[in-house]
Amino acid sequence: MSRITPGDLDRISEEVKSRIHLRKGIARARVLVHMGTCGIAAGARAVMIALIRELEARQLHDVALVTSSCAGLCSREPMITVEIKDTPPVKYVNLTGEKAREIVEKHIVGGQIVSDYALSVGSERVL
Amino acid sequence: MAYRTNAMICMCTNCVSNGALRIKDSLEAGIRDRGLQDEIQIVPTGASGLCVRGPILIVQPEGIFYQSLKVEDIPHLVEEHFLKGRPVTSLMYTPPGEKTPIPVIRDIPFFKSQRLIALRNRGLIDPSKIEEYIANDGYRALLKVLTAMTPEQVIKEIKDSGLRGRGGAGFLTGRKWESAAMHDADQKFIICNADEGDPGAFMDRSIIEADPHSIIEGMAIAGYAVGASRGIVYIRTEYPLAIETIAAAVEQARGYGLLGEDILELGFDFDVTIFRGAGAFVCGESSAMRASIQGEPPEPSAKHTHATEKGLWEKPTVLNNVETLANVPVIINWGAKWFAQIGTETSKGTKVFSLAGNVVNAGLVEVPMGTTLREIIYDIGGGIPGNKAFKAAQTGGPSGGCVPAELLDLPVDYESLEKAGSMMGSGGMVIMDEDTCMADVSRYFVDFLRDESCGKCTSCREGLNAMYFMLGSICEGKGREGDLELLEELSEAIKLASLCQLGQTAPNLVLTTLRYFRDEYHAHIRERRCPAGVCKALITYRIDPERCKACLLCNKSCPAGAISGEKKKPQEIEPEKCIKCGVCRDVCKFEAVTVQ
Repeated sequence: MSRITPGDLDRISEEVKSRIHLRKGIARARVLVHMGTCGIAAGARAVMIALIRELEARQLHDVALVTSSCAGLCSREPMITVEIKDTPPVKYVNLTGEKAREIVEKHIVGGQIVSDYALSVGSERVL
Repeated sequence: MAYRTNAMICMCTNCVSNGALRIKDSLEAGIRDRGLQDEIQIVPTGASGLCVRGPILIVQPEGIFYQSLKVEDIPHLVEEHFLKGRPVTSLMYTPPGEKTPIPVIRDIPFFKSQRLIALRNRGLIDPSKIEEYIANDGYRALLKVLTAMTPEQVIKEIKDSGLRGRGGAGFLTGRKWESAAMHDADQKFIICNADEGDPGAFMDRSIIEADPHSIIEGMAIAGYAVGASRGIVYIRTEYPLAIETIAAAVEQARGYGLLGEDILELGFDFDVTIFRGAGAFVCGESSAMRASIQGEPPEPSAKHTHATEKGLWEKPTVLNNVETLANVPVIINWGAKWFAQIGTETSKGTKVFSLAGNVVNAGLVEVPMGTTLREIIYDIGGGIPGNKAFKAAQTGGPSGGCVPAELLDLPVDYESLEKAGSMMGSGGMVIMDEDTCMADVSRYFVDFLRDESCGKCTSCREGLNAMYFMLGSICEGKGREGDLELLEELSEAIKLASLCQLGQTAPNLVLTTLRYFRDEYHAHIRERRCPAGVCKALITYRIDPERCKACLLCNKSCPAGAISGEKKKPQEIEPEKCIKCGVCRDVCKFEAVTVQ
C-alpha cells in the first residue's frame, strides 16, 4: 500500500465499484442461468463462467447474474433467461459459452434479441 | 476478479457470539467443495441491524435475507441456492404471526422503514477494506474540504446542517467546533467518544464495526475545521472487535496517506491514536474522560472553562460522539441544506437506536428524527412478543427516563423526550411489556448507577445508595407512606448538588416512573401488592386446580421441591418452601400456575 493523491480516489473507486456494485441490488437487466440438475449436466457451468467473464470484460455492472432452477425444458438445456427492465423476458436454449457471449453482445448491449437461439419471448403464467 | 454473487455475512459482535465464525468456515468449505470459489465471494460485514435474528447472511444481487443460521444448514444452502439457484425458504425471515417468509431484504418492514445516514454502509462493505469505503464515496468529503473549503466554511456547513451531538446532550456540533477553532493553541485535539456504557446500548460499537472509516474521515474533517492535528478514539476495552476494526482501519488510512503528515499531498497533517478505557460508565463524561487519558483517576471536575478552550492537556479539545462523526462526511458531500430537511424543526437528520427488551425485532434501527415511538416499536420493531401490552420505553440509558404507553405517539426528538421527563441520550431504547414492575426497574437502574458512581460527590454517592435501599424496601413490601415524597426530595438534591451530568441525570428514571406509574408504587406501599407480579416478597404462586391436568411437569421441575400432589390429581405449591423462581409457570402448558 502506498500513499495516494487526490486522483487515486477516483481510480480506486472505479476499480472497486465494478466488484461491489452488485451488492446494491440495482440492475438494468438480469440474466438467469437455469442450473437444475439437467442444466448442470448439460453444461450450464460453462455458460455461467462465460457470462461472468464477458460481463466483466465489458464492465457491465448494472447486469445481475443469478442462478435459477430448472426451467422445465430439460432436453434443451443449458438455458438462460434474459430480463431487461420494462421488456418481456426472453428464454434462450441449447447454449454454449460462445453463444452466451454473443447474447451479451447483441441482446444485453445491443438490445436485439438473438432469434437463432431464442425459444420464446415472455413467461408462462404463474397462478 | 469479478464474482456473480456476494455472500454478505454479518460479523458483528452479536452474530459472532451466535456462531457466525463457524458459519463462515462452513460456507467457505461448502463453496470450495462445489468449485464455486471463483463465482461466489464471501464478504464479512458489520451489523445488518436485525441482531436478534443472527447469524445473518445476505446474498446479493438478489438481496435474499437468511437468518438464524446454524452450521448444519449451510451445506444445503450452498447446494440449493449457490449451485442450483433455489433460495431456501426455510431459512428466510417470517414476520411474527405470519406464515409466508419474506425473501428479499428490502421488502422486510424492519428494513423498509429505516433511513440510513450514519449506518449508510452497514452490510454493504467489508469494514477491513478501505478500498470498499472509498468506492462508496469514502474520503471524498475530506478531499472536498481540503481542496475547496476553508475551515470557516466547513464549520458553517456543519452549523447550518443543524447536526447536534448524538451522545446525549444534543449540543450543536458546529458551535462546538467553532468554539474550539476560535482559541489559538500550538496543539488541539479531536476526541471520538466511543465509551458507550448504557445497559442495552450498542449503536457506537456497531457503527465502528460496520464502517470504521466514516469515523476516521469525520475526525479528520473536524481536525481541519478547528485546526487540530491529533485525534484520539476513546473506546472501552469491553469492545475487542470494535477496537480491532478501528485499529486496522487507522493503519490502512495511514498507509494510504489519508492520515499522518501531508494528507493526500495537500499539506494537512492529522493522525489518530486509539485509547482503550477500562469501561467505567463515568468515563463517557468529558472531564472524567480527559482525566482518564491524562492518567489520572477518572473523576469529573468542575468546568469553569469549556473543553473547547482548555480540555485535554489544557489544549482546546472537541469531544464528539461516534454517531455524530459518522454523519459529518455525508453532510459535507450532500450539503447542509439536504441534511436539514430531514427531521424536525429543532432536531435534524436521523438517529440510531438500539432497540432492546420486550420487542420482537430487537436490533439496530436508524430513523429520521421525529419518528414516533409507535412507529419504532410496532412498524419497525414488530411489536411486543406474545401479544402482550406495551407498558413503557426506557430511553436515554440510565440517565434517561421511562415513556409510558399514553405517549406512544410522541415524536422522538431531543425536545419532546425532554418534555416527557426523559432524554435522547445516546440512543438506547429498552422496551418493557405489561409484566414489568416499574419499581423493580427503577431499583435495577439505580443499582447500576450507584455501582458506576465515581464517588466524588456525596449527593450522588450516598444519595443513590439511599434511593436504592428505599426502592428495595418498597419492592420488599416494607415501604412506608411518605417514601415517594422522600424519593422525590432526594432526587432534587442529587440533581442540584452533583457536579457532572451523570449525577444530575441519575434520578430521571425514578422521577419519570413516579410521574407516570405512581399507582403502581402505591400498590406496593399501601396494599403490599406488586401489580405486575414481579416483586418476590409480594407475590404468591398458586396452581389452579381447575386448569391443572396433573402432568407433573411442574412437580419435576421445581428446584425447591415445593410442589406436591398425587398422580392424576391437581398439584399444590407449599408456600413455605416456594422460592418464587417462576419455573413452574414457565413449564406449565395449561396456564394453570397463577401469580397473585
